[in-house]
Amino acid sequence: MEALTTLLNYTYLVSIILFIIGLKKLSHPETARKGNLMAAAGMGLAILTSLIYPIEGANNNYIWILGALIVGATIGLGVAKKIKMTAMPEMVSLFNGLGGASTMLVALVEFYNYPAATDPLNGQMITTAFALFVGSISFTGSMIAYGKLQGFLRDSLVLPAPQVLNIVMLVLSIGAGAFLLSQPEINFNYVLILLALSLVYGVTFVTPIGGGDMPVVISLLNSFTGIGAALAGLIYGNQVMIFGGILVGASGTILTVLMCNAMNRSLFNVVIGGFSSSGKAAAGTDGDQVAKEATATDVAIQLKYAQKAIIVPGYGLAVAQAQHTIHELEKILAEEGVDVKYAIHPVAGRMPGHMNVLLAEADVPYENLLELEAANKEFPSTDIVLVVGANDVVNPAAKVDESSPIYGMPILDVELAKNVVVMKRSMNPGYAGIQNPLFFGEKTKMLFGDAKKSIQKLIEEVGNI
Amino acid sequence: MDIILQFLNENLTMIYLLVFASYLGMEIISKVPTVLHTPLMSGANAISGVVVIGAIYLLRQSAPNDYFAMILGLLGITLATINVVGGFAVTNRMLEMFNKKKKAKS
Repeated sequence: MEALTTLLNYTYLVSIILFIIGLKKLSHPETARKGNLMAAAGMGLAILTSLIYPIEGANNNYIWILGALIVGATIGLGVAKKIKMTAMPEMVSLFNGLGGASTMLVALVEFYNYPAATDPLNGQMITTAFALFVGSISFTGSMIAYGKLQGFLRDSLVLPAPQVLNIVMLVLSIGAGAFLLSQPEINFNYVLILLALSLVYGVTFVTPIGGGDMPVVISLLNSFTGIGAALAGLIYGNQVMIFGGILVGASGTILTVLMCNAMNRSLFNVVIGGFSSSGKAAAGTDGDQVAKEATATDVAIQLKYAQKAIIVPGYGLAVAQAQHTIHELEKILAEEGVDVKYAIHPVAGRMPGHMNVLLAEADVPYENLLELEAANKEFPSTDIVLVVGANDVVNPAAKVDESSPIYGMPILDVELAKNVVVMKRSMNPGYAGIQNPLFFGEKTKMLFGDAKKSIQKLIEEVGNI
Repeated sequence: MDIILQFLNENLTMIYLLVFASYLGMEIISKVPTVLHTPLMSGANAISGVVVIGAIYLLRQSAPNDYFAMILGLLGITLATINVVGGFAVTNRMLEMFNKKKKAKS
């Protein structure tokens, strides 16, 4: 038995090493896939180890455990296989929420199991209280983020005085935790109060944050889940949980900061209501300006006789599942001798890299994708820019309008091109809820309709000319 | 207070581990191309499902007739497993597409 325990302690070490190397490889393009598989192998090994690790007087309940593992794995695999690439961000958020919920449940049962007579003021209980708190926030917060990305919850859903409410909820939750721990013995009712307050805090924490910032929030909540898992690991004195959890907590925090940098905003700015709180100020600028509408035929002619065209994809392309259609249009134009490129804004879509994933799925060659800076150098010599379902990332207000909530975010300077055609479903403002002066620009024409159908029409028209 | 000191002493190695792991986590991910932000987040998210191990320990230690612990524990295992398996599978799917892209390049 002793020998087995020793061996298993070291297989945990192997798992930890696999996590570290996996994460490291995941952050480089050539090795990313291998890194993911290594981390997955580490997790598999850790789960196996936890199943056979000798526990004195354990009931084991293996049949139940295996059942739950199989059910979970089947659901997880099924969802992962079926999910559309466009729904990726909300998927990550949903998965993350489930991890948080699991932490919450484990902490809850641990509280329930502590003998009532124990003095709660000890390291074990403090850790459990924190795990319950963090897990619950991660759970409800992720669910709200999921709802926002799925469109169940709109940004117009505003809580009264969100900042104040947030601080009040935070103070209440921590107060409830402190109260619970200061009692002479464990009172499970107080645990439930802490649970309820933490769950509500998760909601009030994420709700005021604009949908455009959700990727950052998901990344932040992801690191919460990691910290929650690490806290739960302290309860069991389990090295893999501590190490894996903290690894995710720390790397998640760094990733969150990197994402904020890509949008030229601070994390503080995102969390303390960036987009949504000041969105009203900029919403009124549309006044009585009129956007010019184009027909598919006009656009097709312009495209066919252009020397250089740049396509700017955005979330609209993802929604319409138009990645294959746009690639087809691009190929047809290339055959006509047009130099066609894609300009990829780092935060176009709902997640950094969203457009890269999407266009990769449609087999768009890598060298046809221009990054922000390269694209901005190309625009002045470009005959026509086709903006497909992108909005905030081409909003010139980010450069000039200091009152704009996205002021300071680097954008694609499409207005420098000779002509701009914006394909959009309607004149509604983008996800950040801000009007876009580009649409009323002199060189801009709008082509309304679903991106996929509009592009198909363009393909037909280009063929007809 | 004594109890807390005792906890800090007894878990010294764990706390060391905590500190080094935080540092390592921050070091590993210092420069990541934007393209990989989403897959990396998704992969890290799968690792955060490591709490499944806690849920497994919890269930192994629970009495089969302790319905509260059994039900919540089983739910905990199921949810965390969805997080782990779904997370890794989704990440793999995303990265597969990048590989396809590389082939197209060559």
